[in-house]
Amino acid sequence: MTFLAEKLDYLQFPFVRYALIVGVLIALCSSLLGVTLVLKRFSFIGDGLSHVAFGAMAIAAILKFTNDMPVVLLITVISAILLLRTGQNAKIKGDAALAMISVGSLAIGYLLMNIFAKSANLSGDVCTTLFGSTSILTLSKAEVLVCAILSIAVVIVFILFYNKIFAVTFDENFARATGIKAGAYNLIIAVIIAVIIVLAMNLVGSLLISALVIFPALSAMRVFKTFRSVTICSAVFSVICALLGILISVITGTPVGSTIVAADIVAFALFTLAGKIMRGKRT
Amino acid sequence: MALLTCRDLSLGYDGKEIAGNLNFEVNAGDYLCIVGENGSGKSTLMKTILGLNSPLSGSITTGDGLKQTEIGYLPQQTDVQRDFPASVWEIVLSGCQNSQGLRPFYNKNEKAAAKANMEKMELTALSGRCYRELSGGQQQRVLLARALCATKKLLLLDEPVSGLDPKVTAEMYDIIKSLNENDGITVIMISHDIGAALQYANKVLHIGKEIFFGSVDEYTHTRDTFAHTEGGGVK
Ligand SMILES: Nc1ncnc2c1ncn2[C@@H]1O[C@H](COP(=O)(O)OP(=O)(O)O)[C@@H](O)[C@H]1O
Ligand SMILES: [Mg+2]
Repeated sequence: MTFLAEKLDYLQFPFVRYALIVGVLIALCSSLLGVTLVLKRFSFIGDGLSHVAFGAMAIAAILKFTNDMPVVLLITVISAILLLRTGQNAKIKGDAALAMISVGSLAIGYLLMNIFAKSANLSGDVCTTLFGSTSILTLSKAEVLVCAILSIAVVIVFILFYNKIFAVTFDENFARATGIKAGAYNLIIAVIIAVIIVLAMNLVGSLLISALVIFPALSAMRVFKTFRSVTICSAVFSVICALLGILISVITGTPVGSTIVAADIVAFALFTLAGKIMRGKRT
Repeated sequence: MALLTCRDLSLGYDGKEIAGNLNFEVNAGDYLCIVGENGSGKSTLMKTILGLNSPLSGSITTGDGLKQTEIGYLPQQTDVQRDFPASVWEIVLSGCQNSQGLRPFYNKNEKAAAKANMEKMELTALSGRCYRELSGGQQQRVLLARALCATKKLLLLDEPVSGLDPKVTAEMYDIIKSLNENDGITVIMISHDIGAALQYANKVLHIGKEIFFGSVDEYTHTRDTFAHTEGGGVK
C-alpha cells in the first residue's frame, strides 16, 4: 500500500498530470471516428496512414527539425487525401495501392534512419516510433500544448459535423441526393483521421494506433444500438482504458502504448461477454 | 409544366451506354412505374435523376419549383446499413438534411417533421429501437419516413418491396398508394412486379431492348400485341 501511495505521489508532479491530460484527450478523439472508420471500411486507411506517418517521422528526424510534428502532420494529411482519392477511383485497386504505400513508407523510413541517424541507440529509436515511447512523461511542454490544441480541435469539428458524418456514413447516396457534399465530408473525415494518427503516435506509436481507433468502437457496438450511444460509449471506453493504461504503466514501468492497448483488449473481451449475455436474455 | 422532364437521355458509366433514347415526363400527382429486366439500368436511371450519376447525354429538367435536392429517395438496400448501429429516430431525422445547409444541429421544425412522418408510417412506438433489429417491412417504413422528410413533392422508390412477404408487400403498396392519392405526392417506383405496376400506377416506363413510355392502358395494349405476334412466331 505504501508502495502504491509512493507511486501515486507522482501525480503531484505537473508533467505527470500533463501526460494524463494529453493521454485522455488523444484517447477521446481517436475513439470518435471509430464507428465511421469501421463501417465505411476505412479502417485499413488508418492503418496505412500510420505507416506513412512513421516514414514522415524518419524524414523529419534526419532533417533535424527541432519540432517534427508540423512536417509529419502535413505529409500524413496529404497522404490521407490522396488515399481517399485512389479509394474512390474504381480503376486503381484501392487496397493494393494502400498496401504498397504503407509497406513502402515503413521500409524507406527504417532505411533512412539507418543511413543518416547518428544516434547510438538506433533500434531503441525505431522501437519508440513504432510502439510509442516507453514513457509518455518524456513529452516536452510544447508537444503537450500542441497535442491538447489539436485534440480539442478534432472534438469540436466532430461535434459540429456529427449529423453530417452520421448521414454520410449511414447512406452516402441518400446524403448526396439530399444535397450533402459527401466528397467534402469524406475529405474532412480523412483529414481528421490524419490528425488523430499523428497525435496518437505520441501516445502509442505508429503500429498500435489502429487499436486505439478500432477497439472502442467495436466494443461499444457489441452492447449499444444507436449511433449516439455507441459514440458516447466509445469515447468513455477509450478514455477509461487510456487512464488505466497510463497509471498502470507509471506504476509498474511497462511501456505506455502496449499497456493501453492491453487494457483495451481486456475491456473488449468484457464488452463482448456483456453483449452476449444481454442478447441471451432478450431471446 | 411537368415536375420532371427527361429528353433524349442516355445513361451509363465511364462513357459506356446502358440505356439510351429515354424520353418521358412526370406530372404532379403521377404514379410512374419503371419496369424492365435486371441490369437494364433502372437503378441507374434513378441515380441519374437524383444527380448521383451524370447522364452521358440528354437532359433532365425539374419544374413546378422542385429542386433536385428535394426529392425523397428510397434506395435499394446497401451492405453498410445492415450492421449499422442507428436508432429509427436517428435515421428518420437524417432525412431533414436538405433544409439544414451548414447549420450543425436540427431545429424544432425539422424534429417536428420527423416526428410527424414517423407517426404517419406507424413507427412512433419503435422510435428508440435499433434499425438492424427490425423486420424487413419495418425497415422499409423507416427508410420511407426518412424519404418523406426530404420531400413534399416527389418520391423515388427503388424496389420498395423486394424481400418482403406477400402480406407486408400489400401493406407497403397501400401506404405508397395513399401517399400518392391522399398526400398528393408524385411517385416514381421501380418494380419487378408488373402486376402491381399495372394495378397501382397510372404511367409505365419500360427500359430494356424495347423502350416504352405511356399510360397503363396503352402499355397493356402493346403488351398484348407483343404477346400475340411472338406467339404467332412460335407457331
Ligand atoms: N457503379 C457502377 N459502375 C459501372 N457499372 C455499373 C455500376 N452500377 C451498375 N452498373 C451496371 O449497370 C447496369 C445497370 O445496373 P442497374 O441500374 O443497377 O440495373 P437495374 O436496377 O435495372 O437492375 C448493370 O449491368 C450493372 O452491372
Ligand atoms: Mg436495381
